Amino acid sequence: MSTLFKLTDLGFATSERNILNQINLTIDAGDSLTITGPSGSGKSTLLRIMATLLTQTSGQILYQDQPVSRYDPFAYRKEVSYCFQQASLFGDTVYDNLSFPYEIRNQAFDEQRALDVLSQVELGPENLHKPITELSGGEKQRVALVRNVLFTPKVLLLDEVTTGLDADTKAIVHHFIDHLNQHHDVTLIAVTHDETEITTAQHLITLTNGSLEVPA
Amino acid sequence: MTQNLIVTPSALMFAIALVVIALLLNFKEKIGLEKDMIIGVVRAVIQLTIVGYVLTYIIKVNSVFLTLLMVLIIIFNAAWNAKKRANGMHNAFWISLLAVTVSTGTTLVLLVLARAIKFTPSQVVPVSGMIASNAMVAIGLCYRNMNSSFHDLRQPILERLALGANLKQASSGIVRNAIKTGMAPTIDSAKTVGLVSLPGMMSGLIFAGVDPTKAIMYQIMVTFMLMAATSIASVIACYLAYPNFYNSDDQLI
Repeated sequence: MSTLFKLTDLGFATSERNILNQINLTIDAGDSLTITGPSGSGKSTLLRIMATLLTQTSGQILYQDQPVSRYDPFAYRKEVSYCFQQASLFGDTVYDNLSFPYEIRNQAFDEQRALDVLSQVELGPENLHKPITELSGGEKQRVALVRNVLFTPKVLLLDEVTTGLDADTKAIVHHFIDHLNQHHDVTLIAVTHDETEITTAQHLITLTNGSLEVPA
Repeated sequence: MTQNLIVTPSALMFAIALVVIALLLNFKEKIGLEKDMIIGVVRAVIQLTIVGYVLTYIIKVNSVFLTLLMVLIIIFNAAWNAKKRANGMHNAFWISLLAVTVSTGTTLVLLVLARAIKFTPSQVVPVSGMIASNAMVAIGLCYRNMNSSFHDLRQPILERLALGANLKQASSGIVRNAIKTGMAPTIDSAKTVGLVSLPGMMSGLIFAGVDPTKAIMYQIMVTFMLMAATSIASVIACYLAYPNFYNSDDQLI
């Protein structure tokens, strides 16, 4: 397996406090990495730095052997896709959200592809033109996930995407992202507090107070 | 024609009674605006007196240079005031200056070329003032709307950026809304002109004894020019201002 990400002495500090301290981490292509740790330990910050939504204040992050800063940020973010905890949908309908990835690539909306991916998260075709105000929390989160993967990314950064979902929806989401990892070589990096996700993790790391805990 | 238009200094002194009424109401209701009201009244008297003498001189001299200088002063002041609504936005003065200059300049040139107005100080200076002040209000509204939208809609913008949208794509909804907000007063007043308000230009001409059917021609011209000016100013200000909400790494600040 080739190295996809290499984080060296990565740190992030605000004027008030250090959020991440000297993180050293290597992630291989096709890996499925789970990051856990107490609230406020810097997990989401780490993911946002990898998504280039934040920039580290020290250290370096290499993606495919190149510093992340060398990439065009907009092309990079299409390839390394970040999915938010409690994603907020924009516009009025599900369509507004699913057509957006096509819009920003100047491509015509592929309705069949959208319906296919919606069905993979068990959302029927009737949902495509549904107002977002009529969706449940679990449906919203699945639409957000679909929005991220209509163009299959190389890396999916998942920030507690199953938090607050019921067991059935969680199972649908797990099955969907595992399928992306196993059949489409999508590298998964997921932040979670969920006990099941922690116990079934392929690779697990723990962040405490902004530092990586070395496994005993 | 102007015999009806003499307001004597003694008539103005009596009009101060109106300010006193406003002040008394303010005290009684404990609104706390007395200081601003007094400053406003004093400034209005001083500024208008100076402008009155300056305009008299400029009209008398009838010099292209002085006329243009007066227009530039109006544009500079409009940009300076629009900047105050930007809430510390980087480059706000220069963006405002460009927006006011282009909108006022384009509209003025078109009006002169179309012979709607003559290039004389008595026509160019008041029309420039009208255009620049409306552009200033539009730009101020745009800045205020953008500031609150970039604050309130932070999460949807982040989501768009995370999906790979460029800054223009991530901000397009906010920019469009800000332009709409900037133009809204002009469009609203265009819709209600003559029904709710008899605007300044038209009222002034009627005051001066001009036939109302002729006065409306001027008002129609003013309505058109203000629509052009506020749309040009809003578009320039919004498209130049939105990148200020992002840092050099194309991240939302």
